[in-house]
Amino acid sequence: MIKIFERRTRIAMNRVKKKKSPFIYKSYSKKPKHKWLRKRNAQEQRFKRTGVFCILIAFFFLASLVWNIFSNGYSAFTEAQINLPVEFQAELIEDDAYRKIIQNSLLELFPGIEDRKEKRELFSLISRNAPHILEKIVEEDPTVIGRKSMVWIPASSAVSIFYKQHLYEQAKRSGKISTSQVAWVTDLARTQNMRLKFNATFFKNGDSREAEQAGVLASTIGSFMTILVCIAMAFPLGVATAIYLEEFARKSWFTDFIEININNLAAVPSIIFGLLGLSIYLNIFGLPRSSSLVGGMVLALLILPVIVIATRNALQAVPPSIRYAAAALGATPTQVVFHHTLIYALPGIMTGVILSIARAFGETAPLLMIGMVAFIADVPKTFTDPATTLPVQVYLWANNPELGFVEKTAAAIMVLLTFMVLINLLAIYIRRRFEIKW
Amino acid sequence: MKKTLYTFIALVVLALPLQAQAGTNIQIVGSSTVYPFVTVTAEEFGNNTDFNTPIVESTGTGGGFKLFCAGAGEMHPDISNASRAIKQSEEKLCAKNGVKDITEIKLGYDGIVLANSKKADRYSLSKEQIFLALAKKVPVDGKLVDNPNQNWSDVDASLPNVKIEVYGPPTTSGTRDAFSELVMEKACKDLPAFKAAFPDKKVRKKSCHLLREDGRYIEAGENDNLIVQKLQSNPQALGIFGFSFLDQSGDIVQGSIVGGIEPTFDNISNGSYGISRSLYVYLKNAHIGKTAGFKEFATELISDEAAGEFGYLSEKGLIPLPAEELKTMQQRITKLTQ
Repeated sequence: MIKIFERRTRIAMNRVKKKKSPFIYKSYSKKPKHKWLRKRNAQEQRFKRTGVFCILIAFFFLASLVWNIFSNGYSAFTEAQINLPVEFQAELIEDDAYRKIIQNSLLELFPGIEDRKEKRELFSLISRNAPHILEKIVEEDPTVIGRKSMVWIPASSAVSIFYKQHLYEQAKRSGKISTSQVAWVTDLARTQNMRLKFNATFFKNGDSREAEQAGVLASTIGSFMTILVCIAMAFPLGVATAIYLEEFARKSWFTDFIEININNLAAVPSIIFGLLGLSIYLNIFGLPRSSSLVGGMVLALLILPVIVIATRNALQAVPPSIRYAAAALGATPTQVVFHHTLIYALPGIMTGVILSIARAFGETAPLLMIGMVAFIADVPKTFTDPATTLPVQVYLWANNPELGFVEKTAAAIMVLLTFMVLINLLAIYIRRRFEIKW
Repeated sequence: MKKTLYTFIALVVLALPLQAQAGTNIQIVGSSTVYPFVTVTAEEFGNNTDFNTPIVESTGTGGGFKLFCAGAGEMHPDISNASRAIKQSEEKLCAKNGVKDITEIKLGYDGIVLANSKKADRYSLSKEQIFLALAKKVPVDGKLVDNPNQNWSDVDASLPNVKIEVYGPPTTSGTRDAFSELVMEKACKDLPAFKAAFPDKKVRKKSCHLLREDGRYIEAGENDNLIVQKLQSNPQALGIFGFSFLDQSGDIVQGSIVGGIEPTFDNISNGSYGISRSLYVYLKNAHIGKTAGFKEFATELISDEAAGEFGYLSEKGLIPLPAEELKTMQQRITKLTQ
């Protein structure tokens, strides 16, 4: 028995010398003759298998999530368009009756439709926003007035879904698309007057109640403005707090008390910070409701404790010899911190900050209380303009009853995930590039 | 490294141009049932005028009035949506905070439906049966006892032998208020057992509104879409929500027949379907002329193109007002804005 242990120890030490893991799993799988040894090896095997099983389960959930999002959302990046013969009649343009122009050209495509209900179905083939598109064309190039030209106009969301054959069964069953509409679309497709195009609208528009017009621009910009305010407030405050507590404050019951509170705050449910923001920022300071300024300030409260803890850990990791050396050369305590300790701790601090920003980026609950969970169509221009954020946009679209929003929701999640991956990659890059091992 | 730190801090500080601009957006709060309609009007208004698109928050009717009545001035919402008329207590709250003049506008009607998955058979219920299935206390042999009914067949032998399971809105919701009033109260206020137990009308009304809390009625939050999804995965269950959601999810769920009438657009607008309620919009008169575009937006809300018989809101499932009532509402706005 002793021999076996000796042998194992020797093998393990040799492997460590060669910078390999000291464990050799293979040798355990051989059936030893001792019963106790077999039992121990079986235990080892069981644990390993459980680990692999757990990873597989986690991977399965991740894969099904990604698959679900992707299969629902990929089609949102294209939109169906209809080629319309548009006659830019001067008198109609003068009256601003662009809707009438659109209706005329649809009736020209499919002549002989008299019935009111059929007409309505015909007009709902194309996006409700079509008149505004014509208006823009006329504004950009007034020479089109009086002429007739072919214009590609986005189709309505239901038609788009039908044409893409995605969620088609649902669209048909729900009666969103009628038999005559099916006939018209098939006809248009046959004559090549319908096409699929990259859906630029999705990246150029804000929120809309028409699925084919809804986009993520406003919420993306809102997200970045919110995060900017959040960094501007949380980074200096958090780092300064941590430096003072770690490097200057004398240890007393008071600093202990502060430390316990900071650790506690890091675990407080985020909606509570929203309530705090509502009562302090909105009701006492009178800052504008729904603005990215208030949103960022609330999220700053949320990540402040996390930044303090990360910064303190990073400062603790800097060996005292650095501080002693600086002090021995005559540096004042402030110089020691700002010229030496902080510089070496910075990669660690940055990693902590970036990861907490990723958390703030995905928050919706605290924003609910301060009015950022709202229908906001305009792109925010200043920090006091009303704004939403990307996760809020996902939440709002998921609540919309129209079928077209199913794919938009999934597509918005994809955009959100892309930003998340980028932020995390940045954190990993900074850690790899600048980290100092002592 | 030092430079990076300083540039970073400088960047962050520079990124704070805090020019405070006065709120130029119309702010709207309130019912999640009215939200899908008012947002459409808001968007149309933003597209067709030079004013900013109004901001619409879906807070529930009660939550909306709380914000709306908190005070006058640009800090507070201009408009509150409601799926029921304002309560006296809310009017008092408003008056206490200096919001004295408010205008009530009826936008249209919405039916409340009890729907289940299309995978199962359609239910046909009466209000009494719904009451017996969902009330906290029901009369048994002339006495009030805790609701003993477990399956629909316990309520009435003609109903299927299926567990009672109903997803519905919480108490903060206007849909819930309307449901309590139109179904529960109607079915129970004249029951002799209730009359005997609660001689006082007000107390009786309150106890009629109580729904059972033993897991048969499940509060599903303010999110009607969530209820529709739950019905999809649980074909036995019924869900309570607004007609507009049934209209948009007609592929997955079907509305139960109540009192022999199916919930359809026509049946609700002609009043034959028994559970329908009015949708309201409340305007703060003091904000007219102060919030940019308030007057114009109010006019757009109730215009023929929006709320009329063939208006764009009817495409979204709103059941429009009769022509005459619409006229009255429009006149109310014109009078207001003169």
